[in-house]
Amino acid sequence: MAEKDKYTVVEAPEGYSAPGFFATTLDKAVGLARKNSLWPLPFATSCCGIEFMATMGAHYDLGRFGAERLSFSPRQADLLMVMGTIAKKMAPVVQQVYEQMAEPRWVIAIGACASSGGVFDTYSVLQGIDKVVPVDVYVPGCPPRPEQIIDGFMKIQELVGNETLRRRYSTEYKEMLESYGIKIDR
Amino acid sequence: MENSILLQALNDKFGKSILSVDEAADIFTVMVDSETITTIVAFLKEKQNFIFLTDICGIHYPDQERELGVIYHLHNLTENKRIRLKTFVTKANPKIQSIVSLFSGANWMERETFDFYGVEFVGHPNLIRILNVEYMDYHPMRKEYPLEDATRLDKDDIFFGR
Repeated sequence: MAEKDKYTVVEAPEGYSAPGFFATTLDKAVGLARKNSLWPLPFATSCCGIEFMATMGAHYDLGRFGAERLSFSPRQADLLMVMGTIAKKMAPVVQQVYEQMAEPRWVIAIGACASSGGVFDTYSVLQGIDKVVPVDVYVPGCPPRPEQIIDGFMKIQELVGNETLRRRYSTEYKEMLESYGIKIDR
Repeated sequence: MENSILLQALNDKFGKSILSVDEAADIFTVMVDSETITTIVAFLKEKQNFIFLTDICGIHYPDQERELGVIYHLHNLTENKRIRLKTFVTKANPKIQSIVSLFSGANWMERETFDFYGVEFVGHPNLIRILNVEYMDYHPMRKEYPLEDATRLDKDDIFFGR
């Protein structure tokens, strides 16, 4: 078996190539780099977090998607993965973690509780993290299997790869953040 | 220590404050007047050696005249004897004397009872919510409030037969 068949490399984006050069748009080149080296911040509070541990393990190996470097500081993270029940008392903490992340940043709500409060339809539980932070992808399940988490992660990769570089500077984006009461310091 | 001896001691001292007695249950239970709760707890601690406060909790019986209950569990460690004191207050005036001066451990227990049932412990050094969010404007374990969260938007009553 030839050396190059032992591993796969992501495909080059659409562009023009000829001997000695390859031209594409900056959006696509940056998107390709970002989507294949996401640094997730796991915010795990319950059983969905256990499924995520399996997802990071050798069998499912999220590292195959360029995400083996978990960031336990929000300041170096690209993707906030909220897994588990968020109590109302925890809500400001989730929002603060989100505020501490640098742009561009994405959020994935894993499991029924993070997405909608799940079975905990009660006075003390936040009915979905989208009450305090904007969410890009929701993963259903109680808890979801590692395959589902990987599927959700690949949906995030799709969003990251296709995002234009202007999006985070648009007035619509700023208005969206303001609607959640999130401070904008740029 | 026999229940009868303890009851005799309580009756001698607090005759008319002892409203009823229940010996059928696992723990010797005495229903007492809410006015005298601190002196009864002090008596049990200092004279009867009930030096350990196991728990304080609240309860709400909407059908009673005195709706809100506060229940104290005391433990005599040397004789391994437990006692349960029950006392009830009205919802209009849910005031009861704090026992923090007797048991420091009562501090958080009374805060929890206040948080969930709205019982005001007079003389408590710091009677604020302990478990629920600060901005909550009701006492969620009282029966008049629904268990379900009012902020939930994805439930249409039609689909749940309501």
